[in-house]
Amino acid sequence: MRHLLSASDLDVRDAVRILDTAGQMAATQAREIKKLPTLRGRTVVNLFFEDSTRTRISFETAAKRLSADVINFSAKGSSVSKGESLKDTALTLQAMGADAVVIRHQASGAPHTLAHAGWTSGAVVNAGDGTHQHPTQALLDAYTLRRHLVGDGGRADVSGQDLVGLRVAIVGDVLHSRVARSNVQLLHTLGAHVTLVSPPTLVPVGVEAWPARVSYHLDEVIADDKPDAVMMLRVQRERMSSAGGGFFPSPLEYTRGYGLDARRLAALPDHAIVLHPGPMNRGLEISADAADSPRAVIVEQVANGVAVRMAVLYLLLAGESPAPTTKVDA
Amino acid sequence: MSTGMPASSGSLEHANVVLGAPEIGRALTRIAHEILERNKGGDGVVLLGIPTRGLPLARRLAQRLADVEPGLDPGALAGSLDVTMYRDDLAHQPTRTIGATDIPGGGLDGRVVVLVDDVLYSGRTIRAALDAISDLGRPRAVQLAALVDRGHRELPIRADYVGKNLPTSTTERVRVLLEETDGRDAVVIDGGTR
Repeated sequence: MRHLLSASDLDVRDAVRILDTAGQMAATQAREIKKLPTLRGRTVVNLFFEDSTRTRISFETAAKRLSADVINFSAKGSSVSKGESLKDTALTLQAMGADAVVIRHQASGAPHTLAHAGWTSGAVVNAGDGTHQHPTQALLDAYTLRRHLVGDGGRADVSGQDLVGLRVAIVGDVLHSRVARSNVQLLHTLGAHVTLVSPPTLVPVGVEAWPARVSYHLDEVIADDKPDAVMMLRVQRERMSSAGGGFFPSPLEYTRGYGLDARRLAALPDHAIVLHPGPMNRGLEISADAADSPRAVIVEQVANGVAVRMAVLYLLLAGESPAPTTKVDA
Repeated sequence: MSTGMPASSGSLEHANVVLGAPEIGRALTRIAHEILERNKGGDGVVLLGIPTRGLPLARRLAQRLADVEPGLDPGALAGSLDVTMYRDDLAHQPTRTIGATDIPGGGLDGRVVVLVDDVLYSGRTIRAALDAISDLGRPRAVQLAALVDRGHRELPIRADYVGKNLPTSTTERVRVLLEETDGRDAVVIDGGTR
């Protein structure tokens, strides 16, 4: 593994290896001294062209727990706001000796360009690009699902196991969601059955080719599928033109059809868990009852995010550096 | 870790078996008695095996300690200590898989930690283990038990308990095979010119 750009780059072996490594990383985070010397002397740059709190903090925490030096770069108030191109930013970071670049960009494909244009010799980690991919989010979701639903509910050692046979419903704004895209691919790779539940207007074109079932009715899916987990997606109003952006008549109507409330929560199987990538729109896609119920693992997802990102940074950076010839790729 | 490479249990025809199962058993029994003698009993002793093959050795030693002193619980005596994330050679090798660290209840503070590994060679694994221990607690003392000491130390580290001293050349490969991981007990040397 040289870069982590897309969940579709991972086969079962890679994915399980990341989850197992994350498990060992999580174990170290229960200790009094959480810092490990593993990546001492390596530099990780967080290159964020789009607002993000939890993903950036999560990557920053992960890198620091492994003793890497962290440089945070956000587009706001930087040379990018003066019109610098991605290429020049990347060349600057290369000159500063970045061993890994964690990039979030509003344009789908920016991390791919950064990884393959030869501007930087460091490893590139996609921390969310446009409506394309967010692989570490999918990995932390898979890690959370495995911890709770594989083995005997989190107590047994689940290392080496995949998610074969689990039923996961991904509900909400699939059209704008890189989380949904990454999760569909990764969960399918790991053997889970994914059902996408969304209003017809928020289902992307070409969804037939995805390894997932599509439904327009949340209540039917809960009743017929009996999902082991429901993943609620944030309604991404900033990517829609007006309040509902013409995608649904009104927030209330969206909530009635696709929001997770106490009634739907009660209709889920007893062992089912509720995930949300955050930040939540309480009262829109998820009610306070559901968000604060003991079956919501939303806060745990954040903690697992640090462990998964530590695992990704370890696997990308700890081994011998690849020969410098690999960057002649442009 | 005997070498960087995983030992394959096959192809032993050209290999030189230096210790068989009975010798390994006797060496472990002797080390167990030495540990009890040195520490005046088994109270406060924790055996930490370094994965992969240090771990079954630590479990076997714990069982022997408990056999001699019936008050001891072998399960609570042995743990594992993975040192991968503390190694100084991570950047020179393909990415290593991280093993499990499992410290027995009660932690390490104020106890006597006996590190258990299969082969003592450069001493770098033990240096990493010492760093790992200092992040986990403050033991009263740290001691080292190795089934085989093959020499060629690169650091000022020595073992307190040695199963067998095995003078080797650096071109040779020493492999420890154990019932739990390889299906049989043996210490073999291959490669080099003897």
